[in-house]
Amino acid sequence: MGWQWFHRLGSPRWFYEKTNAWIPWLAVISISLLVTGAVWGLAFAPEDFKQGNSYRIIYIHVPSAFLALAGYYTMAISGAIGLIWKMKLADMVMKSAAPIGAVLTFVALVTGAVWGKPTWGTWWVWDARITSMLVLFFLYLGVIALQEAYQHQDTANKASAILALVGTVNIPIIYKSVDWWYTLHQPATIKFTSESTIDPSMLYPLLMMVTGFYVFYALVLLMSTRSEILVREKKTRWVKDLATQ
Amino acid sequence: MSSHEQQVRTSLKSEPLVSPGIGAGFMATFRRDLLIAFRHRGEMANPIMFLLMVITMVPLGISPERAVLSVLAPGMIWVVALLATLLSLDGLFRADYEDGALEQLLMSPQPLYFQVLAKVLVHWLVTGLPLTIMAPLLGVMLSLPAAGFWPLVFSLFLGTACLSLIGAIGAALTVALRKGGLLISLIIMPLYVPILIFGSSAVSSAIDGFPFGGQMAVLGAFLAMAVVLAPVAAAGALRISVNG
Repeated sequence: MGWQWFHRLGSPRWFYEKTNAWIPWLAVISISLLVTGAVWGLAFAPEDFKQGNSYRIIYIHVPSAFLALAGYYTMAISGAIGLIWKMKLADMVMKSAAPIGAVLTFVALVTGAVWGKPTWGTWWVWDARITSMLVLFFLYLGVIALQEAYQHQDTANKASAILALVGTVNIPIIYKSVDWWYTLHQPATIKFTSESTIDPSMLYPLLMMVTGFYVFYALVLLMSTRSEILVREKKTRWVKDLATQ
Repeated sequence: MSSHEQQVRTSLKSEPLVSPGIGAGFMATFRRDLLIAFRHRGEMANPIMFLLMVITMVPLGISPERAVLSVLAPGMIWVVALLATLLSLDGLFRADYEDGALEQLLMSPQPLYFQVLAKVLVHWLVTGLPLTIMAPLLGVMLSLPAAGFWPLVFSLFLGTACLSLIGAIGAALTVALRKGGLLISLIIMPLYVPILIFGSSAVSSAIDGFPFGGQMAVLGAFLAMAVVLAPVAAAGALRISVNG
C-alpha cells in the first residue's frame, strides 16, 4: 500500500494531473522566499568589514552552486530509476534536469567571476573549486550533447542516463583530485556540524535564498517535466482532450 | 544430398552446442581484434604520428628555449597523449558495429564484460602502449629533465590504460551515431581530469626531486577501479546503443 504512489509515478498522465495543483503553491513559496531573501540580503544585511558590499553576490552564488551539484544528482538518480524500473516519467525528469543544472552551474561560475574581480583583482583564477565547477559544467554539457545526438528518444534517455551515472561515480574523484591539485580558495564557511564563521545576520538571508532556490528548482523542474510529458504523450487521447478544452 | 552435407547434419543433430568458457571467449576476441589491428598497420601508426606532429607544434608555437620547454614538457606530453587516445577511440567498436559483428557479440552467451575487456586491452596494446614507448623520444624533443623520463613512462603506462578503459564507455555510447567522433571527446574529456592531474603531477614532482610514489599509487588505484567498473558501463552502453 505504501508503495502505491511510486507505482503511480509510472503514469505520466497521473503525474501531470496531480502536479497541476502544486504549481501555484510552489510558485508562491519560491517567489516569496527569493524576493524576501534577496531584499534582506542585498539591502539589509550588514556590510562585510573586509569585502564591503561585493560579498553580497554570495546570495546568488552560493545557492546556485549548491543546486548545480544537487541538480546533477537529481539527474543521475532519475536516470538510474529510468534504467532500472523503465519508468517513462524518470526519463523525462532526467532530460529536463540537464539544462536546468547546466544553467545553474553557469550562473555559479559567472557570479564567482564577478565576485573575483573586486576581491582577487581578476576574473578568473585556476583554483580548485572554480575548476571543479567548470568540469561539472562540462559534464552537464556532455549529457545534453549526448541527449541531443540521438534521434530515437528512448535510446537517448538510456544513453544519457548511463553517462550521468558514470559522471556520478566520477564527481567525488574529480573533486578530490582537483582539490589536491590546487587549493587557494577560502575554506568553506557554512558548516552545519561546527559553529559557523558567518555572522547570523548574513546567514539567515543566505539560508532563505538557498531554500528559495531549492523550491524554485523544484518548480522549474516540474514545469519543464510537464511540458516534456505533453510533447512525448502528444498522440494520446488525454493530451488531445487537454488541447481541445 | 551430398555425403558432406549429411555429415554436417548428423553432427548438428548429435552434438549439443557447447559454448566455450569465459577464458576461451576472451582469448578469441582478443586474438581476433589483435589480428585485425595488425592487418591495418597504417591505422595503428596514426595516433603516434599525431602525437609527434602536435609535439612539433609546441616549440614552433610557444618557444624553442630549453627552459620554457622543460617546464611545459610533462603536462604537454600528457595532454597530447590524452588527445591521441581520444581520437583513436572512435574506431573501438565502430567497425564491428557496421559489419554486424557487434550484434553477434551481444547475442553470444559469453559475458559481455570480458568481451569488452578484451577489446579494450587490444585498443590499449595498439595505442596506449606505443604512446608510452614513444614518450621518452617526445621527452627529448621537449627537453624534459632527465629525472622525469622513467616517471613519464610509468605514469603513461598506467594512465593510458585508464584512458582506454574510460574511453570505451564513450565509444560504446556513441557507436550508433554517425558523427560520434567529436561527441566522444565532449563526453569523455571531463572524466579524464583526475588521470591527467595525477599523471602529469607524478612527472613534475619527480623533476623537482620529490617522491612520486603516491601519484603512481593513485593512478594504479584508478586503473584497478576502471578495470572493474568501466567495462560494465561500456557493456550496458553497447546494449543500449545497438538495440536503439
